[in-house]
Amino acid sequence: MGIVDVANLKKSYGEIVAVDDISFSIEKGEIFGFLGPNGAGKTSTINMMIGLSRPTSGQIIIDGIDAIKNIKKVQRIIGIVPDENNLYDEMNGFDNLCFCASLYGISIKEREKRAMELLEQFNLTKAGKRPFKTYSKGMKRKLTIAAGIIHNPKILFLDEPTTGIDIESARQIRELILDLKKQGKTIFITTHYIEEAERICDRIAFIVNGKIVKIGTVTELMESVEREHKIRLQLDRSIKDIKEELENNIKNCRVEIPEENSCLVISKERIALSPILQLLDSKGISVYEAKEIKPSLEDVFVKVTGIEASKLKKEKEKVGK
Amino acid sequence: MQTLIAFWNILRKDIENYYLKPPNISWGIIFPLSWTLMQLIRSQGDIGIEELLSGLMAMSVLFGTTSMLAVTITFERRSRSFDRLLIAPISISTLVIAKILGAILFGILNAFVPVIFAAFFINLSGINWGITLAAVILIAITSALLGLLIAVSAKEVFEAQTFSNFFRFPMLFLCGLFIPIDKLPVILKPISFCLPLTYGTDILNGAITGNSIFNAIFNISVMLVFTTLLFYLCLRNIKTKWIL
Repeated sequence: MGIVDVANLKKSYGEIVAVDDISFSIEKGEIFGFLGPNGAGKTSTINMMIGLSRPTSGQIIIDGIDAIKNIKKVQRIIGIVPDENNLYDEMNGFDNLCFCASLYGISIKEREKRAMELLEQFNLTKAGKRPFKTYSKGMKRKLTIAAGIIHNPKILFLDEPTTGIDIESARQIRELILDLKKQGKTIFITTHYIEEAERICDRIAFIVNGKIVKIGTVTELMESVEREHKIRLQLDRSIKDIKEELENNIKNCRVEIPEENSCLVISKERIALSPILQLLDSKGISVYEAKEIKPSLEDVFVKVTGIEASKLKKEKEKVGK
Repeated sequence: MQTLIAFWNILRKDIENYYLKPPNISWGIIFPLSWTLMQLIRSQGDIGIEELLSGLMAMSVLFGTTSMLAVTITFERRSRSFDRLLIAPISISTLVIAKILGAILFGILNAFVPVIFAAFFINLSGINWGITLAAVILIAITSALLGLLIAVSAKEVFEAQTFSNFFRFPMLFLCGLFIPIDKLPVILKPISFCLPLTYGTDILNGAITGNSIFNAIFNISVMLVFTTLLFYLCLRNIKTKWIL
């Protein structure tokens, strides 16, 4: 049993099924990622886990507590960073943090101490006296994360923590998330950034149309799909005219020509280079570079979900704008 | 203790951020004052300040409590900062009371603005202040709960403003604030008796001028029933409309 156990969770809005019978478990101290496009059911799942939405059916157990029956007990041990920076515009950073701490019943002395510490940790000490509305997107995001952990929760829910912010702020936030993991926090993160999930998550679930289609560590996910070996050759000219001959002469390989002076040799088995090089040499074609192309999590995601990574990237750009 | 800390800080935040801001003062104080002047000028001395006082006090409470509550809650819902309160480890009842208490306190303070002005012109020593205060508190509570009920139904700030005025302005005429209930057309009288402000104003009339339709105990009992009903209606609506 993990620190979070979700079983057969379902959420419907009338005829629309937002989350469709999903089950997963999160181990203590791990970063668990939900990766999927917009509308996949990521936020709906998080909302049910934190008490902002009621499941149609299923079970959520957080730290041994039934989160559907005793959500207020669960809310005491969890921290939440929503997908929008929802702090109070008119209040300054310090007061926002103190207010959020007060909601958990933390005494005035303790919450002021925690707020100062967090402002320092998040490099916001100077900005702490400024109203929240004057912050940049990155600063707002950081303060929202600080507000989510001010009461020192056991488990942290982060909904799209780096969406719509600049690269540097996103990098800082990823570092902060990894720091929180080092402090022993369990983190549930939703994202539609494949690289982000690959970089920081211990385990990832691919969610599409409300269903979890694959779940595992990055290595497990990579190994779960039939792996193809790919070698990219950089040539001095195009090989369009001998493509067929090349395929006939190399066992169980197919050749693709993505660019004029290069080709991809693809096979389900390991590819021996010498016969290819010999053949190309006999045709008077020079090979400048041969490079193995390793599959990425993006390839796995595309293969498993059938969703082109470019679709996720477009969503990313849209949100960023 | 933990609940108390959360409760007090929600209340303090609302008072500092909303109730002590200029828009609230303009709606809560200037509007009732303008109305007072209009009534006095129009009556050309036919109506005494004492007769106007209960209506003005009731109106000041009504506008004081509802001028910000529905709008700020809708605004907090839109910006999703209200979600912070919903996911805090405090009960929905505590949250509702903390949210309406700021409005109630502001409404009570507003009620005594016309009293202060009236004190310069008439002798107020004959007023039963205990009953008056009870009436003011009950009007403030029911008005704040009505404001909250509107906030739960509205998705946009402009909707909250429209809905607020939709119930506030008719209540000025239907609840005996300036037009006695017995002078209303027969068709409107049943509506009057379905509105909590009618009973609150009646208590004030009794305490200030000695003329009331019902006795104070009956009026207070009806107001308490309205308070309980509205409170549970608000709780139910929050649970069903905000926690989907």
